[in-house]
Amino acid sequence: MASSTLPPSQPEVRAICRRLGRGARRHPTVAVGSVILALIVTATLLAPWLTIYDPLHIDPLSRLKSPTADHVLGTDAIGRDLWSRTIHGGRISLVVGLIVAVFATAVGLVLGLVAGYNRIADAILMRVMDGLMSIPAILLAIALMAVAQASITTVIVAITVVELPRVVRLVRAIVLSIREQPYVEAAIVVGSRFPRVLFRHILPNTLAPLTVQATYICAAAILIESLLSFLGAGTPPEVPSWGNIMAEGRIYFQLAPWIILVPGVFLAIAVLAINLVGDGLRDMLDPRFARRL
Amino acid sequence: MWAYVVRRVLATIPVLVIVALVVFSILHFAPGDPAAVIAGDQATPEQIAQIRAQLGLDLPFHEQFFRWLGDLLRGDLGTSIFSNLPVTTLFMQRLEPTIALTVSTTIVTVLLAVPAGVLAAWRAGTWIDRAVMSVAVLGFSFPVFVIAYILIFVFSIQLGWLPIQGYRPIDEGIWPFLRHLILPSVALGLSFMALIARITRASVLEVLSQDHIRTVKAKGMPTRALLFDHALPNAAVPILTIIGVGVAILLGGVVVTESVFAIPGMGRLVVDAILHRDYPVIQGVLLIFSAVYVFVNLAVDLLYVVFDPRIRY
Repeated sequence: MASSTLPPSQPEVRAICRRLGRGARRHPTVAVGSVILALIVTATLLAPWLTIYDPLHIDPLSRLKSPTADHVLGTDAIGRDLWSRTIHGGRISLVVGLIVAVFATAVGLVLGLVAGYNRIADAILMRVMDGLMSIPAILLAIALMAVAQASITTVIVAITVVELPRVVRLVRAIVLSIREQPYVEAAIVVGSRFPRVLFRHILPNTLAPLTVQATYICAAAILIESLLSFLGAGTPPEVPSWGNIMAEGRIYFQLAPWIILVPGVFLAIAVLAINLVGDGLRDMLDPRFARRL
Repeated sequence: MWAYVVRRVLATIPVLVIVALVVFSILHFAPGDPAAVIAGDQATPEQIAQIRAQLGLDLPFHEQFFRWLGDLLRGDLGTSIFSNLPVTTLFMQRLEPTIALTVSTTIVTVLLAVPAGVLAAWRAGTWIDRAVMSVAVLGFSFPVFVIAYILIFVFSIQLGWLPIQGYRPIDEGIWPFLRHLILPSVALGLSFMALIARITRASVLEVLSQDHIRTVKAKGMPTRALLFDHALPNAAVPILTIIGVGVAILLGGVVVTESVFAIPGMGRLVVDAILHRDYPVIQGVLLIFSAVYVFVNLAVDLLYVVFDPRIRY
């Protein structure tokens, strides 16, 4: 106990570093993705300290300024600092991505378990999921946003609904295949009750695929949120999210292309980093895929 | 084979009905009273009630749904609240640009992505493979509108080679028509290409490891014939599947691409409809795009039989 409260000794630190280095060499995509993601997350968390301008501060005298020493990434149509707006805006995007990933996997897990265990629920649930999956994701999200009041909560709910069917299908498929495994049947034969089978055998088997799926959902959610905001059907326009900043820059694109390109490139790099982590996790957790895709 | 075809065609009916039910429910439970909107600000409660009865809005949910479904089957998608025109009329006006964009994108995508995937599989592990796959990862992560603006910035603003935005109907000449489609098609197609190239590589790689390919190679078959006459057809089923699934990305992307490039198609129509809260139009676009998606995947399933005669189901 005492040793764990002490700072790690020199050799221990070196051992940890060596282990990290080995992991990074074996799974370079995870390493690259995590580093980029960590940088972006840090930048958004430390946003107030990384900029001297308030993201909402209007300065008409320096409107549509191209990147200079004063405003490193330029200013928008009413003179707000773009670097400040972009790193503050990243908070919205990343939080939406994270919450949707958690919600969609949690709700999907429950629905998938129900579908995997109850025939009637399965028939109904899977037909509804088929219907949801037959509507192109972006259009479904747009329709859901069109009927609701624009707010971050409704954006999160809408994207969760869109991403849900894939999780439900995944969990259901796992439950159906695990239930048939001889060791699970053996466990039932020797008298394991349902909760024990569920927590000892079914849930642990869903963990790896769900983690990978959650990563992809997070990336997809960030994309859809920015798309919705860009189209004017997402986060309320006064919030500086990446999609909103780009939407405001549309009419000035020929004059001041940086208003769109700066948040756009941040968005793309964030999504890329999360996808890299997802690909790497998939290879790590499912070695069969490793060298194929 | 015909039994499979008939069964597969019939299986789309319940899916379409469920899609219709989902679409109807989303907009049925939307806040706001369409009758009050139609009646206008000056209307008395009696007038609103009268319009409600006329539109059948006072009926129970299932009766409203079946009435709506009946209209739908007769080709009546309702009337736009904003423009007061039938939704089908609006669609016909917007059809050409959207068809032009989706068809040109699909052609560009398949012609570039499938050979790229085959090449990456053939040269697996080399820098060619890594380059193709890196572009694929990038293409999959860059959102359509970011790619679109980068392309406009480089090719229209900096180089001045292509128009910034807009659309020319095909009657105005084939060259202006194509010139205006190049950037939108590339922007829209990039993520689709990424998806197809990845799957093509994976499934060709799998076929290449099989015994009959080794035999063909041992016989001295030229590489191109080996790849395109032997490996690719055997890898076709997963590639077709992913093309079918990817149509959802394409149809969603149409909405964004048409907004960025100011193309007056169905995608623009739905974006304008959101701003006006024009529910019948949103409902209509949702239904049409979903139906296209379902039918494309039906076609893909039927094509399996052509590429893999073993499939009987």
